[in-house]
Amino acid sequence: MTEEILRVENLNKFYGDRHILHDINFTLHQGEVLTLLGPSGSGKSTLIRCLNGLEDFSSGAVYFKGEKIKPTDKNWQEIRQKIGMVFQSYDLFPNLTVMENILLAPTKVQKRAKDQVAQEAEGLLKDVGLEKYADSYPRELSGGQKQRIAIVRALIMHPEVMLLDEVTASLDPEMVRGILQIMTKLSKKHHMTMIIVTHEMGFAEQIADQVLFLEDGRILENTPGKAFFAQPKTERARDFLESMDF
Amino acid sequence: MNWQVISHSLPIFAQAFKLTLWLSLVGILGSLIVGALSSLIQYFKVPILSQLFTAYVELARNTPLLIQLFFLYYAFPVIGLKMSATTCGIIGLIFLGGAYMAEGFTGGFSGVNQTQIDNGKALGMNNLQLARYVVFPQGFALSMPALAANVIFLIKETSIFSVIAIPELTNTALDLIGMYYRSNEYLFVLVVAYAIVLIPVILLLNLLERRVRYGTFGD
Ligand SMILES: Nc1ncnc2c1ncn2[C@@H]1O[C@H](COP(=O)(O)OP(=O)(O)O)[C@@H](O)[C@H]1O
Ligand SMILES: [Mg+2]
Repeated sequence: MTEEILRVENLNKFYGDRHILHDINFTLHQGEVLTLLGPSGSGKSTLIRCLNGLEDFSSGAVYFKGEKIKPTDKNWQEIRQKIGMVFQSYDLFPNLTVMENILLAPTKVQKRAKDQVAQEAEGLLKDVGLEKYADSYPRELSGGQKQRIAIVRALIMHPEVMLLDEVTASLDPEMVRGILQIMTKLSKKHHMTMIIVTHEMGFAEQIADQVLFLEDGRILENTPGKAFFAQPKTERARDFLESMDF
Repeated sequence: MNWQVISHSLPIFAQAFKLTLWLSLVGILGSLIVGALSSLIQYFKVPILSQLFTAYVELARNTPLLIQLFFLYYAFPVIGLKMSATTCGIIGLIFLGGAYMAEGFTGGFSGVNQTQIDNGKALGMNNLQLARYVVFPQGFALSMPALAANVIFLIKETSIFSVIAIPELTNTALDLIGMYYRSNEYLFVLVVAYAIVLIPVILLLNLLERRVRYGTFGD
């Protein structure tokens, strides 16, 4: 068995008195890709945000590499350096160039040497085909380009797991494929451990080792990827796949 | 209007002009520092300090500078704290201006998108790093219009220093009028002098506002 990276135990989350996440349990191992599927409003973003402490949860626990995370600000700040996150809304820092965006956290948060990180950044920019844009400002880039930079900005921290929340959902269709390819390459070539929220079912089927199907804040299915798409166990999941034209 | 009276008064007014400029400059810079600090402390809800600064902002904004100056100049010596009029003036201006600037910054900081903050947090930043690299630069650009209005306000507010006999523009004009009974001439010079300070400042701030906005958000 490969090493365990993230484990969630009986996680519950309330907003006020609304119960948003119900008894969430799952485990993610080194190199695995988990796709988090479910209708809009089912709690996917909330769950993924609980995993790096952007949301606090009401009860339950998150374990990082077997160790229970004590939910203090300081602990989360440490953990977040090892958990990369990319959001739907490709927000780069608008006042910084592409290169400055990428270098900010490794140099200021991780205190790594700037010239070394810059060299690595150039390599990563080349990987995503944006080496010419190092000195551009975010406003000069398309949505797809910004999202690629956001992925690079997360990767340069050397995360042990990446959380990707609908990273293609706000992009023009012709931009989507490039981003999906980057995620596929991250998984297949670099064996990056990832949790991916997506509405791209073809992509999910092809990349998922494990599928969590969420509805109304409950995990209805926790199934190996192939099995989920071949034969969903619940009717809700079947309906969902059908509604996604799949 | 007697132009001779005016031209004779110009050297005195020039002195006063310099003093008004200097008091304004120190007051504005001090206010910006106090305001930014106060606002960041409130933004990150630093325990104890943030309550303290909230109280300060309320107090300073809800008492007139006139009263604050009287207090510094006449009441503090009673408890053994005697300061020169100029010192009192500057402290008073920063006390008042800091609170107004704090409100200006707070407006800007609260306009920074939550997604930007989430991005900073997700990259492992602590509060200080968030403040320095995300909230402050973007919030500053957003608060520029309010800060610029406060700059103008503070320059005008230096005229109140006349009550504690700081020889800035207004005090000088009132003194001259008291001595020579030439209110038309001296008031004319006074108005022109304030216009010479304020008009370029207003134009400059306008330009700066657009520059900072463009540099930060690109629109
Ligand atoms: N900040 C919030 N305050 C209150 N309710 C929220 C908040 N964020 C999300 N919710 C609610 O939590 C539920 C799950 O939302 P979310 O996690 O965004 O779903 P998904 O990402 O699956 O679309 C929704 O019903 C949403 O209205
Ligand atoms: Mg969502």
